[in-house]
Amino acid sequence: MDKLQSQSGSQNPLNKEKIIVSAITIRFAGDSGDGMQLTGDQFTDTAAVMGNDFATLPDFPAEIRAPVGTLPGVSSFQIQFSESIIFTPGDYSDVLVAMNPAALKVNLTNVKKNGMIIVNESVFNEVNLKKAGWKVNPLLDGTLQNFQVLKVPLSELTQNSLKDLPLKLSEVERCKNFFALGIVFWLYSRTLDHTTTWIRNRFAKRPEIANANVVAMNAGYNYADITEILQTQYEIRKADLEPGVYRKITGNEAAAIGFIAAAQLAGKTLFYGSYPITPASNILHDLAKHKHFGVKTFQAEDEIAAVGSAIGASFGGELGITGTSGPGICLKSEAINLAVMAELPLIVIDVQRAGPSTGMPTKTEQTDLLQVMFGRNGESPIAIVAPKTPSDSFQMAIEAARLAITFMTPVVFLSEGNIANGAEPWKLPALEDLPKIAVKHAEPGATPFLPYERDPGTLARKWAIPGTKGLEHRIGGLSKADLTGNVSYDPENNQKMINLRAEKINRIANYIPEAVVEGPSTGKLLVLGWGGTYGAIYEAVRNLRAENKTVAHTHLNYLNPFPKNLGDILRRFESILIPELNMGQLLFLIRAKFPGVHTVGLNKVQGQPFRVAEVEEKIRLLL
Amino acid sequence: MSSEVKDFNHKVAPDWCPGCGDFGLLAGLKKALPSVSLETHDVMVVSGIGCSSNLPGFINTYGLHTLHGRSLPIAQGFKLANHKMTVVAVGGDGDGYGIGVGHLVHAMRRNIDMTYLVMNNSIYGLTTGQTSPTSGFQMKTKSTPFGNPELPLNPLTLALGSGCGFVARVYTGHVTQLIDIVQKAIKHPGFALIDTFSPCVTFNKINTHQYYKENVKDINKLGHNPSDLYAAFREATREDCITTGIFYQSDRPCYEASEEETLREPLFAHKLGISREEETALMAEFV
Ligand SMILES: Cc1ncc(C[n+]2csc(CCOP(=O)(O)OP(=O)(O)O)c2C)c(N)n1
Ligand code: SF4
Ligand SMILES: [Mg+2]
Repeated sequence: MDKLQSQSGSQNPLNKEKIIVSAITIRFAGDSGDGMQLTGDQFTDTAAVMGNDFATLPDFPAEIRAPVGTLPGVSSFQIQFSESIIFTPGDYSDVLVAMNPAALKVNLTNVKKNGMIIVNESVFNEVNLKKAGWKVNPLLDGTLQNFQVLKVPLSELTQNSLKDLPLKLSEVERCKNFFALGIVFWLYSRTLDHTTTWIRNRFAKRPEIANANVVAMNAGYNYADITEILQTQYEIRKADLEPGVYRKITGNEAAAIGFIAAAQLAGKTLFYGSYPITPASNILHDLAKHKHFGVKTFQAEDEIAAVGSAIGASFGGELGITGTSGPGICLKSEAINLAVMAELPLIVIDVQRAGPSTGMPTKTEQTDLLQVMFGRNGESPIAIVAPKTPSDSFQMAIEAARLAITFMTPVVFLSEGNIANGAEPWKLPALEDLPKIAVKHAEPGATPFLPYERDPGTLARKWAIPGTKGLEHRIGGLSKADLTGNVSYDPENNQKMINLRAEKINRIANYIPEAVVEGPSTGKLLVLGWGGTYGAIYEAVRNLRAENKTVAHTHLNYLNPFPKNLGDILRRFESILIPELNMGQLLFLIRAKFPGVHTVGLNKVQGQPFRVAEVEEKIRLLL
Repeated sequence: MSSEVKDFNHKVAPDWCPGCGDFGLLAGLKKALPSVSLETHDVMVVSGIGCSSNLPGFINTYGLHTLHGRSLPIAQGFKLANHKMTVVAVGGDGDGYGIGVGHLVHAMRRNIDMTYLVMNNSIYGLTTGQTSPTSGFQMKTKSTPFGNPELPLNPLTLALGSGCGFVARVYTGHVTQLIDIVQKAIKHPGFALIDTFSPCVTFNKINTHQYYKENVKDINKLGHNPSDLYAAFREATREDCITTGIFYQSDRPCYEASEEETLREPLFAHKLGISREEETALMAEFV
């Protein structure tokens, strides 16, 4: 928390001071049933409304309701909000809101030294302390001596504030997260307007519940205002964002909207075949809401059927998309290869989660890169793109569609759990500024239609829309004869077709932006990242450069093929540091593709993103 | 415009063994399509993998020869994208009742309008003669040299129990009955399953042409009422003879009927873009 300036003497009779700070990280933590994700979302929405930049990190268990009060049942939500441009949810929090002893236990290591901890004192009883594994009550011994602790009897205070309302005790209990939110809103000089409206809409059918939540939130706010323990209120000014209309967006929302936009840009309707899986499911939910905008969603009986339906839709003339996470990619591999052979546009969304096998479904990782690159039988090159932040998912969704259609190929959109669920502000683009996606449809002619005739530039074949007289053709997964697409076992032909498909994917490099170096274009160290490590690397490099250290950063959105200048860039640096949330997958590809380049990995597979400090420390070691 | 059988002939000749039952099915299909006023560009034939699944390569329509067991998901996605096309899925018993049976159950329950022809030879033909889900109990095959220890699956009762709205069976050597049933299946608005006895002359010496010629009985000629589901179950489980014909046909609405708004036009041909009012509403929801 950087103190910028201090304003004394507010109108407040208690004469509380108000301090302006540049950035704050808050972590809300409680039981899965305590509504922490919702509380965090509301805080985030308000940050968006108040014009801050922000980034969030929802972190929740896979179980819907793990046993109450236990460590595995803890759900948390971290947000960093700021007056300057940021890309990470913050390494450590300035404030932890702990709704029970388990939440305190799990999250204590995430709080900055001298940071504030707000606890629900009401539930620090023997039973709960035991469930959370505290031998002694941490509120009473020295455990929290390095923090400013705000012990609030949240349950009682909430009950008290709602005592005149006709509610059951269990309903009253459920309002305490809004009491806590009220406290934090006061602490950071937030407006209550957005959340008040939200609560009223959300509980429109049960006005008494809506009312109780609003009352609880205001009671929390007023409590903070008058309690003597809180002597300081903080303010975080608007960020200097480019002018425009902004909204909060998660990666999955941005992907869904991006694919709808992409289909419209191509003049196509969108078909989404999917089977539910964390953390990809809400793309299906989002798209399902938009059936009036040229979107057809299809919940298939399994992942194989999901990808199959998308391939069928593509052959039928729609933009076929399927979405899943790693385990679903395993099931889809065979069908992705069918789209490779049939040369049909197909977008495969892989929102990566911690593996192997079922792994840690709600936790993030980048461990599917080599799977999507190589995990199919035969010579099977496909394109891979990856968003680097939640809002970047919009742009990369459009890119995935552009490449799939232009090159008549499967394209993997490789997202990550934290991008999918994390949120940041997104400036609504002007649709007319987005370039159209040109589709080359086959037209019937005087001579028989040749499905595998190729564009000399892209090497893509044309998309023939079934139902057109004169374009009847039959293709499939058996080796294809050049031009006619008939089944062929001719050895030379097979070699030729495999070469052509490989070359087609290579040529994508001529149609994507070159990689960019942030910082010096040559020197000792380049940090090379891909996907969701962007924020941590960006901030680490920025911090070090502020100390006059020389270090550069290149971030990849395109993983197959690589941007064509990548080799040149890498060769200009003595060492390349590759931080990844896997055990060295991009590093493996870079070493294979650019022998002689000196690469060093920074690897982590804990289901958690990099902290900025981890990246910084590694860079320092290498400088 | 009308079309003729010869329009559906394709340059590529079938690669089946002489005498293979699949020839009968191909011939019947090529006759049935023009007889219900379909032209070559109106028809999409989708298959899985197997000898029988090679069929799309031998008929001049749109065709996609897909993966073992996966014809139905692909056919359904296709149909939703381009639903004015007539979709015919074809394959073998291994393809449809073995590896792909999960998809079959859901396709029948979902009831997207298409016709599924299974060339059931009670054997894995293409992989040279292993036991299949419809091979008889104790049948000796390459993979069951001491006899098949498993009981066969009954595709008809599976279909009847899965909500399939059109359930039929025919021997591919009985071309007139085959054509008649295929015509009715194509006209049926919903998912239609036709299990066809299509003998493999090379690897199955039990379920032969001779065997079917001698043992099948057309239940429709014997007075079966296809709207009676319980009678259909009875006919499908008879042990005194092998029954063929239309076992069951219901007027249950197809999937497309409940998605009328989305599917009024083939999806790929939808007019895109939104009106000012829609835009305003969307933005309000959005920001
Ligand atoms: C995923 C996969 N597994 C196995 C095979 C091998 N395979 C090809 S066809 C076939 C069985 C074919 O039997 P059926 O579907 O009854 O067709 P038929 O050849 O008898 O017409 C098998 C097992 C394959 N192609 N793909
Ligand atoms: S092996 Fe059997 S099923 Fe395959 S083509 Fe020959 S006869 Fe037909
Ligand atoms: Mg068979």
